[in-house]
Amino acid sequence: MTTATASLPLQMPAPFLDGLRLILGEAGLLADPDELLVYECDGFTIAKNAPDVVVFPTTTEQVAAIVKLCNQYQIPFVPRGAGTSLAGGCLPVGGGVMITLTRMRKIVEVNLRDRYAIVEPGVVNVHLTNHLKGTGYHYAPDPSSQGACTIGGNFATNSGGPHTLKYGVTVNHVLGAEMVMPDGAIVEIGGPVEDSPGYDLTGLFVGHEGTFGICTKVIVRLTRDPAAYRTMLGVFNSVQDATQTISNIIGAGIVPAALELMDQGIIEALEAAFHFGFPLDAAAVLLIEVDGLEVAVDEEARKIIDICRETGAREVRSANTAKERLLLWKCRKQAFGAIGRLSPSYCTQDGVVPRTKLPEILDFITAVGERHGLRIVNVFHAGDGNIHPILLFDERNAEQVKRVLIASDEILNKCIDLGGSVTGEHGIGVEKINFMSKLFAPHDLAVMAKVRAAFNTGQLCSPQKMLPTAGACGMEHIERKAPGRHAAM
Amino acid sequence: MTSNTTDVTHPAAGPPPVGSEIDYEKFLSCVHCGLCTAACPTYLETGDENNSPRGRIYLMRSVVDGRQQLSPKVASHLDLCLDCRACETACPSGVQYGRLIEPFRASQRQAAAKAGKPANTDWFHRFILYGLFPFASRMRWALAPMKLLQQLGLDRLLDSLGLTRLLPERLQRMQRLLPRLVPGGPALPEFLPAIGPKRARVALFTGCVADAVFRHTHWASARVLQHNGCDVIIPREQACCGAIHYHSGADRPALDLARTNASVFDAAEVDAVIVNVAGCGAMLKDYGHIAHELEPQNRHLHERLNRFAGKMKDISEFLGQLGIIPPTGKIPLRAVYQDACHLNHAQKIREQPRDLLAQIPGLEVIPIAEADICCGAAGS
Repeated sequence: MTTATASLPLQMPAPFLDGLRLILGEAGLLADPDELLVYECDGFTIAKNAPDVVVFPTTTEQVAAIVKLCNQYQIPFVPRGAGTSLAGGCLPVGGGVMITLTRMRKIVEVNLRDRYAIVEPGVVNVHLTNHLKGTGYHYAPDPSSQGACTIGGNFATNSGGPHTLKYGVTVNHVLGAEMVMPDGAIVEIGGPVEDSPGYDLTGLFVGHEGTFGICTKVIVRLTRDPAAYRTMLGVFNSVQDATQTISNIIGAGIVPAALELMDQGIIEALEAAFHFGFPLDAAAVLLIEVDGLEVAVDEEARKIIDICRETGAREVRSANTAKERLLLWKCRKQAFGAIGRLSPSYCTQDGVVPRTKLPEILDFITAVGERHGLRIVNVFHAGDGNIHPILLFDERNAEQVKRVLIASDEILNKCIDLGGSVTGEHGIGVEKINFMSKLFAPHDLAVMAKVRAAFNTGQLCSPQKMLPTAGACGMEHIERKAPGRHAAM
Repeated sequence: MTSNTTDVTHPAAGPPPVGSEIDYEKFLSCVHCGLCTAACPTYLETGDENNSPRGRIYLMRSVVDGRQQLSPKVASHLDLCLDCRACETACPSGVQYGRLIEPFRASQRQAAAKAGKPANTDWFHRFILYGLFPFASRMRWALAPMKLLQQLGLDRLLDSLGLTRLLPERLQRMQRLLPRLVPGGPALPEFLPAIGPKRARVALFTGCVADAVFRHTHWASARVLQHNGCDVIIPREQACCGAIHYHSGADRPALDLARTNASVFDAAEVDAVIVNVAGCGAMLKDYGHIAHELEPQNRHLHERLNRFAGKMKDISEFLGQLGIIPPTGKIPLRAVYQDACHLNHAQKIREQPRDLLAQIPGLEVIPIAEADICCGAAGS
């Protein structure tokens, strides 16, 4: 995409708009430029482009009719949920129609005996959790944005969250879906019954980032609430000791429900925001949670405490009440916002390394920070090696911003060198499209392109996302002037 | 495609855009993460991001940046904000949304006034909103006929005959929203002594509409305070908190009322000033900030109002801190508690009212879904 073509608004033919109005009614769409501006970006605010029309379907049939109309007039379209994505996944590259699914928010069915729920894509993640409260079941994936992000968006980006270490990411909790395909056909994949024969299309479609069509229903697995939790806080005098502890815990065959690392910079910010009582002189803390049967968790907790002490923890605290546990988790989940109190701007990166390489990548991050004169702090899902270095800066300092961009790229390249990848959970979107050719060999990418082409033959459904196209595409032509100011993971 | 988040292109000529005087840092504190969206009642209802806190901040900022005009469509999305402040509770970055939308609205009205289209000088604003509501005694007189009609059941008769439709639309709506008026009892005296050992000396803020419509609640509040060992002072000269004025863009009269209240309650020399209305409490606690915003040079006023605001306590907050003497009377009922937005979100008081209710013998409080979502009244 070039700057020139992108700045030209697409001409929406009048009959096309009339057709949309016929499907949705006047209240079902926005076409006034004044009202389109807020849709020009998601949580990734570097790249912006307003759609030409925003539509709010309420039924699968409406979505199918919109998609067919788009095909008839050759207008591109892209889905959007709550717009909390952090990689530009809902950026309408090249304009067109934005299919916003926030009015499709019914919980269609909850079947506790068979342990599934059927929800519309606009259901907010935490609303499902709240709906299930008291039943003894929950929906396990809990991204830190769960208070706002939608299940449809989780499906499209294969979202993770702190509890993915033990419970797995979204793909492990989706049994099936209803999709409106890029040509407007309504298709059902998977289903509430486990192990359906044929290709595992559900597994393929989770994480499609909108490139296989528009998801209109998701069948999710429900997970039994653990009978008991033990939540601990290990306090360390060095980051090295803390990362070594992570390896040792997993090495001992224990899979905690969550295992999160926060370094000194984050501790300082959190203490300012929530006054939990974190030791300000600690180099790192580990937030460790085990869950399961009452009889088992104490045993596991004791083992973890021993391991922490062996690797040099100066102190291991336990959350004694449910309130203390909730406050600890609030600290973790709102860590990024707390950083906003210390620095006018910040950029969060999302990379993955094998767990055993955590000490190495953290050393590297420290060195990068020193080399570029930047302050970098860390809070991340340590258990699965998913790092989130946060680079602090002031967006009004152009020279500093440039250094942030270079430092970010160096860190992500190092993740690849260490055998990891450039996104753990935020997705590729438009932000990381340039890294795809570094991550994958041309043949690998060609297979992915073929898979996409099998479902998405034209150029209309979520164009220029996820896979680089030959020649010009995605971010190559956008001069990056500012790093993203990401808030939540 | 723009690739810079900080493009600021002010129009070359003409008056500065609406909202220009707002501290720009306050806009920058929003990192556009969207975690506020699902907390916003108007977004939950419409699913339209123009009606979300993040969207409204984006709209305001785009107007300030000169990226777009404050068109009727843009204004309608800002108007739809209920000012419930649920977004502030949800925001991890500590964005002070109320301190963006309120000054923006004030700026909007000033711009309209300068352009010869003042929004708050019509009959409704002059006679009802500013001339009647802020004065408890006038309110009581004005409501007397309604009270009589309600007691005789004639209000329903007039309704069923369609006679209320002869009223202007705004008054019709007010008539429909009017609660059953119950006898509030006589005016509270200026002093009510502590019962039992004295533990504190407090003043009670009685307000305007509340004193006319909910005086029985003031009596109840005073009784609870007395029984918990508080001397209760009820200064006669106290005034409306000014929220009615401030939220409709009449910020100067609001500041005058703040001055009056600060001096009246300062003179009472109390440990705390107790308020039992969430909206008033949120306003009273914000006096320092309002002074700073309207008279940034006047440090003396800023400090004085800040000191006063520091003494303001919601009754549940105060009793929670004091530690109540548990009531002994039984109330064998099942009940639910719906948070008041200006208590939960603006004042961050969530647990205290629940804790108080939990101490009433026999009362069973059942948690409900969306207890923290605005009822929709937006303080009206």
